[in-house]
Amino acid sequence: MNWLSNNLDLVLELTVQHLRLAVIPIVLGFVISVPLGFVAYRYRVTRGILLTVAGLLYTIPSLALFVVLPAITGISVLSETNLIIALTIYAVAIMARSVADAFASVDPGVRQAATAVGYSSWRRFWAVEFPLAGPVMLAGLRVVAVSTIALVTVGILVGVQSLGYLFTNGFQRRITEEILTGVVMTMVIALLVDLLLALLGRALMPWARATRSVSRRARPRDAAVGGASA
Amino acid sequence: MSIEFRSVSKRFDDGTLAVENFELTIPSRSITVLVGSSGCGKTTLLRMVNRMVDPTSGSILIDGDDIANRPPVALRRSIGYVMQNSGLLPHRKVVDNVATVPRLNGVSKSESRARALELLDTVGLDRSLADRYPNQLSGGQQQRVGVARGLAADPNILLMDEPFGAVDPIVRTELQRETLRLQRDLDKTVVFVTHDIDEAFLLGDQVVILQKGGIIAQKGTPAEILAAPANDFVAEFVGADRGKRALHVVSVDGRDVLVDSDGRPAGRLVPAPDKAEALTASGAPAAQGERAS
Repeated sequence: MNWLSNNLDLVLELTVQHLRLAVIPIVLGFVISVPLGFVAYRYRVTRGILLTVAGLLYTIPSLALFVVLPAITGISVLSETNLIIALTIYAVAIMARSVADAFASVDPGVRQAATAVGYSSWRRFWAVEFPLAGPVMLAGLRVVAVSTIALVTVGILVGVQSLGYLFTNGFQRRITEEILTGVVMTMVIALLVDLLLALLGRALMPWARATRSVSRRARPRDAAVGGASA
Repeated sequence: MSIEFRSVSKRFDDGTLAVENFELTIPSRSITVLVGSSGCGKTTLLRMVNRMVDPTSGSILIDGDDIANRPPVALRRSIGYVMQNSGLLPHRKVVDNVATVPRLNGVSKSESRARALELLDTVGLDRSLADRYPNQLSGGQQQRVGVARGLAADPNILLMDEPFGAVDPIVRTELQRETLRLQRDLDKTVVFVTHDIDEAFLLGDQVVILQKGGIIAQKGTPAEILAAPANDFVAEFVGADRGKRALHVVSVDGRDVLVDSDGRPAGRLVPAPDKAEALTASGAPAAQGERAS
């Protein structure tokens, strides 16, 4: 435990940095995916195109994306903005499909009932469809969160500081404890964020536990273990 | 609040003709039941009243005004709607479900909650259920909540789309009685859709028997229909020639006993009560008779 006790400040600093780099693309990915996923759900023509493109995006190896993006965006290769954009793309790639599935999981009878009692379509979306799509969206968001937190480490290869630094540095200096610390801390962040999201879901959707049948009806497909981490 | 269908036709996008040249006047403050097998267009007709479906041609008038001129969302909020499987919002508590329409109309939260609690009493639900979620209630309770929601904005018209189709027979009987009681107390114009002829005869002041394509096979009071089925289709549909509807008299020890077509005793023949003329005058037989007292 020598290395760790001597480098607590470094680990803490990298953890905070790591968390920041993960949270921004998670939030951005979610916000972008809701309209995209809704359009994919609502219009049959766009569904195939949108979801195929999203799926393809996820297959781009992350390192390649980090290198190619600056050429497209004109931002310096070493800027963390590149990493955030890349991770947002991956987040959208998973989340858009989840959102589309989530809206499809809403009972059509309930949707029709809402219309029948006098919800306008705008109000129905926010007061009925969006909350009822919540459980499936949350399941997708949890996958996105964990996957993004893992992917942040790859940023170190293009010079963006995160817990990934402990991998490369530990590897070069042959300090196993340093590498392990990086791995464990990444997992701890992932688990904590996942737990936080689960608790948030419980607090915001107390009805979901009372109505198990709804949340079981549709789940997002497993997009989590793709090629992006390569 | 009478409702009038004037040569209404509906052809869906896929080409099916649901109803053609449908003509009907639904009198106010009574229950009209549209009854028929699936595919007869009864639900389509019901949904036209609150513009969930717009007719391809023809018009629908409420108190003489063409509803095509009314914005659908406002129209729907002014008409109660009760459907099969309750149609409650699963993420809203019972009380909030009942308060839905007043809330949409901008009534304050406390006021609409108070009103919702009163309505739970009206439909015979304990107020302790107010803070539960719909799926924590039994099917029958959910239907009662659905009825309460339909009544929340105090609409003059109540549309009921096979509301009791998915609950068990005992609860259904109970809910049917409640519906009659509510109609008696609240005096709404009720349009009720069902495929169950017994339910239609029990509830309907006016019963409209529909054939495929929204063709009216016969309309009238239950007694009128039973007394003179317009054609073989109606006779067959109401079962006028069999079972509990085809009774004959047998004499047992000098007294008259009514027996159904299977030979099972159905009741006794007794002198007519005073209200017997109500059968043809204004409405359904037994239930309507009680109403007058």
